[in-house]
Amino acid sequence: MRQKLYDTVDAAVADVPSGARIFFGGFGGAGFPNNLIQALDRQGASELTAITNNCGSGDGELGILFKHGRIRSVIASFPGPHARHFQELYAAGKIALELVPQGILCERIRAAGAGIFGFYAAVGAGTQVAEGREERVLGGRRTVFYEPLVAEFAFIRAWKADELGNLVYRKTARNFNPLMALAAKTTIVEVEEVVPVGALDPEAVVTPFVFVHRIVQAKGIYNVIKA
Amino acid sequence: MSSKPRLTREQVAARAALELHDGDCVNLGWGIPNLVSDFVPAGITVYFHSENGILGMGPRAKAGEEDYDVVDAMKVPVTVIPGASYFDQGTAHLMARGGHLDLSMLGGLQVAENGDFANWKIPGSQGSGGIGGAMDIATGARHLIVCMEHVTKDGGPKLVRRCTYPLTALACVKRVITDLVVADVTPDGFLLREVASGWTPREVQQHTEARLIVHGEVPEIELVGRRRDSTR
Repeated sequence: MRQKLYDTVDAAVADVPSGARIFFGGFGGAGFPNNLIQALDRQGASELTAITNNCGSGDGELGILFKHGRIRSVIASFPGPHARHFQELYAAGKIALELVPQGILCERIRAAGAGIFGFYAAVGAGTQVAEGREERVLGGRRTVFYEPLVAEFAFIRAWKADELGNLVYRKTARNFNPLMALAAKTTIVEVEEVVPVGALDPEAVVTPFVFVHRIVQAKGIYNVIKA
Repeated sequence: MSSKPRLTREQVAARAALELHDGDCVNLGWGIPNLVSDFVPAGITVYFHSENGILGMGPRAKAGEEDYDVVDAMKVPVTVIPGASYFDQGTAHLMARGGHLDLSMLGGLQVAENGDFANWKIPGSQGSGGIGGAMDIATGARHLIVCMEHVTKDGGPKLVRRCTYPLTALACVKRVITDLVVADVTPDGFLLREVASGWTPREVQQHTEARLIVHGEVPEIELVGRRRDSTR
């Protein structure tokens, strides 16, 4: 069996280089890989591109990476008014932002993982999102072309992993995590609990192990908004 | 703006709740729509959808019983009802964009008489702005109702001839419910269906940029009792 288990979050992110593109899972305070994010901040890689739904809440979630200037470019759906450090950088013109409709963000990530080279959707037609994009009329509707979104790394959070990397999630902490696992060269998951191979019901596995490359049991922060 | 009483946000939500049918799967957006789940008519079950992966969302969690892994799209800890399911964000948006939900209700900044819709950015506002799920939900909605105040805080019109704010989606709105009117988007423009108690169609028109089409007597907005005829 390939060894995917890491002893610490710091070891799991040690080789992330400056300039890397990274998916970050999480939505609404749930399912954020907070311990991996903290480890990445300690590690010090910079000039990162973050592909994420939102841009942190104060110092929490991705906030610490913006506070310390680690991220230079963002592809996001809803950066958020509480993403104080991101908003300061954005107002100062120090960060690039591409806004993507939330469902289209999901599908662009899924496409990257699925070997699909792009797709047309009516979402965004006639809006700012369509600027600079190819438009076609399909089925009588205006549609916009979207290319896939790839990344070197995915930082995700799950509830349980077996030692192969099969994952199950807990309630709405699932959100973007299974999609991002599909599309990164290296998917790193922090979990509440690691269980032996065979302990997860195959019917219940949400992310099959082929999509998961590194597993680390997270012992620190769970949901920031709970703290 | 006239000082005559208008509907409260809760009353707009209560009127909007009369649009719900037994068994409907419904997405509620930010603002007034978020209040609609408090006014579900007795005796029916509605399966509320949340774009972070719930179908069958129940009431907000009671104090002390919050599970921060079960939140709605506004980060509020919620509950689920029997028959609920969890799924990923992509599947949640597929449901909305693919037209699988019966009804979506969103808050709005502007609705145009051709059904164009703006709800994510006020020109000149501070910060990055954010689209979130609104474009996917509005574009794919089988039936989109916008619930909002009739005018801006400065008294400016929100039912307009053409949207001047950044668009969310083209020609998607079927009905608007405001603190002054219920109106439907028709090929000829906004058709006035109901008007707030104490207001005449002519008075409401004075606070509306778009032309309101009036056919005969316009009934008052009814907040309780019999469900109105639905356009669905």
